[in-house]
Amino acid sequence: MSDIRNARSALVARILEGDGTASHAQRRAAFDNAAVAESLSTLVQKVAKHAYEVTDEDIAAARASGLSEDQIFEIVVCSAIGQATRQYDTALAALEAAAGAKE
Amino acid sequence: MRLGILDSGHSFGTKALFALIRAVSRQPVLDVIKLVKYRADFYGGPMQRVTHEAMRGPSTWSVGDRELMAALVAKTNGCEWCTHAHGAVAKAAYRDEAKVSAVLSDLDTAAIEEPLRATLRMLRKLTREQAVDADDMRALLAAGVSRDQIEDALAVCFSFNTMGRLADAFGFFVPGPQAFDAGAKYLLARGYR
Repeated sequence: MSDIRNARSALVARILEGDGTASHAQRRAAFDNAAVAESLSTLVQKVAKHAYEVTDEDIAAARASGLSEDQIFEIVVCSAIGQATRQYDTALAALEAAAGAKE
Repeated sequence: MRLGILDSGHSFGTKALFALIRAVSRQPVLDVIKLVKYRADFYGGPMQRVTHEAMRGPSTWSVGDRELMAALVAKTNGCEWCTHAHGAVAKAAYRDEAKVSAVLSDLDTAAIEEPLRATLRMLRKLTREQAVDADDMRALLAAGVSRDQIEDALAVCFSFNTMGRLADAFGFFVPGPQAFDAGAKYLLARGYR
């Protein structure tokens, strides 16, 4: 499983710390689903909690706030990976609590 | 798709690749391919490495088991696209359509091994409630699922909790079953690279 941990770390480092068109702060906020700009909070919250409810209007609102499509792309990706990461980390912590720390 | 760049913002070389895929498969290029090929250094490349490892890397879960987990996570997330796509791969990998349909329609009564059922239940809870606790994990270990198997299943869940959100947020077009079957053949032969 060390390969998957390395691959996951590389993915998260790339989207949060690498080059992009959205700022590092915007990407981090979307990933954490915290301190998100008001114009994006509905979209980010929906992606994290119930993505099937995202509508054309949510994307249009992000565009109308002055974001480019590339910035919206990055912010949505960060939001999705952030939520999936929190779920994964919560479950691994529960496993450690049940089975003891892994040597 | 809701972002024009994901439909038609690809580089010249990638557009040529799409033309080749259309010619060979005689099917439209699936939206997931368009997503992972768009600025692949940002998302698609690093994500495909994670997903390939989770779905095809070393594990005591079979490829069919892992594709079934992916389909169940997708279904729980209400992602029609991913449920079709990975249900099709699981059916092909198991060579058993009825088994996959049974699990996706009623996990509690489907005729599958208990460790797999217990694992699918945990993934469903994690996906639906966005959390599980130590008691859930103790129950899973008691059902005969090894620690490594739990970790492997969680890696599948991570990938599909990410992909499903993107499919819904970006508004993937749901094509006919033939396009999914062509995609399933490719994923069985080549994996997620």
